[in-house]
Amino acid sequence: MAKTKVLERKPLTPMEKTFLPQIVSGLKTTFGTMMQKDVTLQYPEERPNIPDNYRGVPTLVKDPNGREKCVSCQLCEFVCPPKAIRMTPGGIDAEADPERAHVEKAPKEFDINMLRCIYCGLCQEVCPEEAIFLQDVFSLSGYSREEMINNKEKLYELGGTLPDQHSKWDKKKAAEQSGNAH
Amino acid sequence: MKIESIVENVTINIDGQDVEVPKGINIIEAVKMVGKGKEVPHYCYHPKLSIAGNCRMCMVEMGMPMRDRATGEAVLEEDGTQKIAWMPKPTIGCATNASQGMHIITGSEMVKESRNGVTEFLLINHPLDCPICDQAGECRLQEFSAEHGRGYSRFIEDKNVKPKRSRLGPNVTLDDERCILCSRCVRFSKEVANDDVLGFVDRGTYSTLTCFPGKELSHNYSLNTVDICPVGALTSTDFRFKMRVWFLKRTHSICTESSVGANTEIWSREGKIYRITPRRNDEVNDTWMTDTGRALYKEIESEDRLMHYSIEGVHKASDEVAVAATELLKSGKVAIVGSAHSSVEEQFFYKAIAERSGAKVSLVSHHGDGDGLLQSEDRTPNLRGALVTGLISELPSENLEVLARDINSGAVKTILAVNEDLTELGISKDVLAKAKVIYVGSHANRTSEVANIVLPSLMVFEKDGSFINQSFRIQGFKAAIPGPRGVQSDFMVLEKIAAALAGEKATAITIDSVWERMTATIDQLSDSLRWHSLPEEGVALDATAFLNLGFVETKNLKYDPVAFKEAHAALAEV
Ligand code: SF4
Ligand code: SF4
Ligand code: SF4
Ligand code: FES
Repeated sequence: MAKTKVLERKPLTPMEKTFLPQIVSGLKTTFGTMMQKDVTLQYPEERPNIPDNYRGVPTLVKDPNGREKCVSCQLCEFVCPPKAIRMTPGGIDAEADPERAHVEKAPKEFDINMLRCIYCGLCQEVCPEEAIFLQDVFSLSGYSREEMINNKEKLYELGGTLPDQHSKWDKKKAAEQSGNAH
Repeated sequence: MKIESIVENVTINIDGQDVEVPKGINIIEAVKMVGKGKEVPHYCYHPKLSIAGNCRMCMVEMGMPMRDRATGEAVLEEDGTQKIAWMPKPTIGCATNASQGMHIITGSEMVKESRNGVTEFLLINHPLDCPICDQAGECRLQEFSAEHGRGYSRFIEDKNVKPKRSRLGPNVTLDDERCILCSRCVRFSKEVANDDVLGFVDRGTYSTLTCFPGKELSHNYSLNTVDICPVGALTSTDFRFKMRVWFLKRTHSICTESSVGANTEIWSREGKIYRITPRRNDEVNDTWMTDTGRALYKEIESEDRLMHYSIEGVHKASDEVAVAATELLKSGKVAIVGSAHSSVEEQFFYKAIAERSGAKVSLVSHHGDGDGLLQSEDRTPNLRGALVTGLISELPSENLEVLARDINSGAVKTILAVNEDLTELGISKDVLAKAKVIYVGSHANRTSEVANIVLPSLMVFEKDGSFINQSFRIQGFKAAIPGPRGVQSDFMVLEKIAAALAGEKATAITIDSVWERMTATIDQLSDSLRWHSLPEEGVALDATAFLNLGFVETKNLKYDPVAFKEAHAALAEV
C-alpha cells in the first residue's frame, strides 16, 4: 500500500471558533456581487451572443435570390470524417425550373446525421459553392434517432439566406445571354 | 498495338536511362514501358486510335546521336561517347517513333514550361465547372491542371460561350464549353464505329464539336466516346448526375450480351451498380464495348426478380428445396434444359446432375444480327462453356419441339429448366402441365409461374464465375454487389443436389474447390488453373475438339472464324 502522510491540523484560534470572521467574509462576497451586473444568462429565454466563426450545427444556405446554392458535388460527403452526410444528387429539370436551368445540378436528398457529426467544419471548408455553413445553432434534441437526422428541408430551414460575395451563377447566366458567342 | 508481334527492338534513352522498346512504338508508350508510374501527359493520343497530334500536351525533348554529314561518322564527345544532337524545340511524343539511339527528356524546364503553357491556353475558355461536372475525379484536364496549372487566371477578357447540355444522341449529352478539341470522339466514330457523325465547326477558339446536320450520335458504341473524352464534354445521359466516381468501387466483370465476352468494369457503391465501362483486353475488345451491354445491369432491380426458394409457390429454405428437387430428379425420366447464360462452374454441375439422374440435356440457341464489332450473332456469353464442360456435344437448336414430343409421349416426366421460358420455345402450357418442372433462374417468367420448384439464381454481377467466349478464351468475373437476401451462389445449391443424387454428403464448396474438380476432369483446363489465379486477359483454351461445329459467329472485331480454324488446325499439326 502506498504510504500516506498525516498532516498535522492547526488548532483553531478562539476567534475562529466563533465562526464569525468566516460568516462576515462570506456575506461580503454575497452583498458585493448583489450590486454587480449579472454574469449568468436566463437560458433558454436569454441566449448568448455567438461569434461569427462559431461551429454550430451544419446547415444549407440559399443565396439572396432564394436559390439553393448546393449543387450536390458530394465533396462534403466525401470529406466528412464520421460519414455524417449522405445525399442523392440530381439534375435540375430545365423545363420545370428555367430560372435555374443553367446550374444543371442540385441535391435530390441531403441528410446530415447529427448523431454522427463532430462539428469539425470540414464540410464548410471544402464546399466549392459556399453552400454549407456551421452557423449558430448549438442545441438540438430529439426523441428518436430519425429525428436527429436533418433532411434537406430542415437544413435549409436552419440555414436561411446568407449574402453571396461571388454571385457566380448569376454571372454565368449573364455570360450565357450576352457573352462571347459566335 | 500488340507488342509481341513486333520483332525488332531498339534501345532508346529516356531521362538518362537506356530502355529496350519495340521499334516504331511512340514515345508516350515507350515512357509508359519504363514503369515506375512515369507518364507523358497527353489528351488526344489514344492507343487504339490514329495519331492526331493536336493537343500539344505530350511535349518532350528529343535528340539523335550526331553524325558527321560529310563522312557519316559518329561525332564523339571528349569522353568518347557519341554526341547527341538535341532538337532546339520540344516535339510531341505521340507522333515521335522510337528509333535506335534516340534520346528523350521528359522532365526538363523546357518541357515543363511547354506543358504549363498548353494548360494555361486550355483553361482560358474552360468553364471550370468541376462542381457540376461528372468527369471530376477522372478528368485528365483536372489532373494535369493540378500539376501544370498556374492556380489563377491571367485572362481578364470574357470567356467564350458555347452550347451546354446539348443532346448528341440517345445516350450522350455534350457540353461544348468543356471540350478541348482533342478529336478523340471524332476519330472513334469514324475509325472504330464506322459511323462518321461528329465534326468541328467554326475556327480557332470558336471551334465547336457537333453532329453533322441531320445526324445523331446514335450508333451502339456511342458511350465509348464518353469513356475516351479526356474531359467532361461528353457525358453519359444515363449516368449523368447520379454519383461521383470517387465513391464507386470497381469490379472486373464480363459482358453477357453476346459471345464476344467484352471485358468490363462494374462501378458500384454500397450494393448498387451505377455504370458499366469497358476494360482493356487487346485480345477481346480493345477498350470498347456496346451501349446495350452497359444497360444490362438495370435488370437487377427489375420487379420480376426471383427472390425466394419455393416449392409449389410456398417459400422454403434452400436446403428443403434442394431435397425436394433431388427427390424429383431421382424419380427418373428427367430432361434438363440448360443455359448458355450459366457460368462454366454452373454448367459443370448441371453436367454432373445430368449424369447422375440420367437426364437428356438440351440447350436453346439465342441468335441475333451481328454488327461486325463487339456484338456477335450468338447472344449468349457461354455457349463454349457448355461444350467444354461436356454439358452438350452439339450446337443447340432454336426450340424444344423434341422435348415437347417426349413429354407428350411420357418419356419425360421431370424438367429442370435453367433461365429459359419453355412456353416460348415450343412447349405449350398444357404440355408443360404434364411434367414436373424445376426452374432455376434470376427472373420470373411463365415457366417459373407454373414450376413446382423454383430456385432463384444470382445475376452475373452478384456472383463469381467464368465464361468461355467465341474464341474459346476462359475469362473470370467477380461479384460486384451482393445478391437478394438469402439467395446463395448457384453452385452451392447445385452441389447439394448433385451430391445427394450420387448418395454423397454435400460439402461446403468455394469457387476454387469447384475449379479443383473441374480442372481434374476437363481436358481443356490445365490442372494448375484456378479461378483466383486466372490472368486478367483470360486463358485461351484448346478448341481443336470443337472446330467442326458450325458456330454462327461471323468475322468481328477480334475474331475471324476462318482464321481461328486455320490457326488451330496449324497448332494441332505441330
Ligand atoms: S461538421 Fe464535420 S462531421 Fe459534421 S457534417 Fe460537417 S464534415 Fe461532417
Ligand atoms: S460541398 Fe457544398 S455544393 Fe458540394 S454537395 Fe456539399 S454543400 Fe453541396
Ligand atoms: S468532346 Fe471530348 S473527346 Fe471529343 S473532341 Fe472534345 S474533348 Fe475531345
Ligand atoms: S497527345 Fe500528343 S499532341 Fe495530343
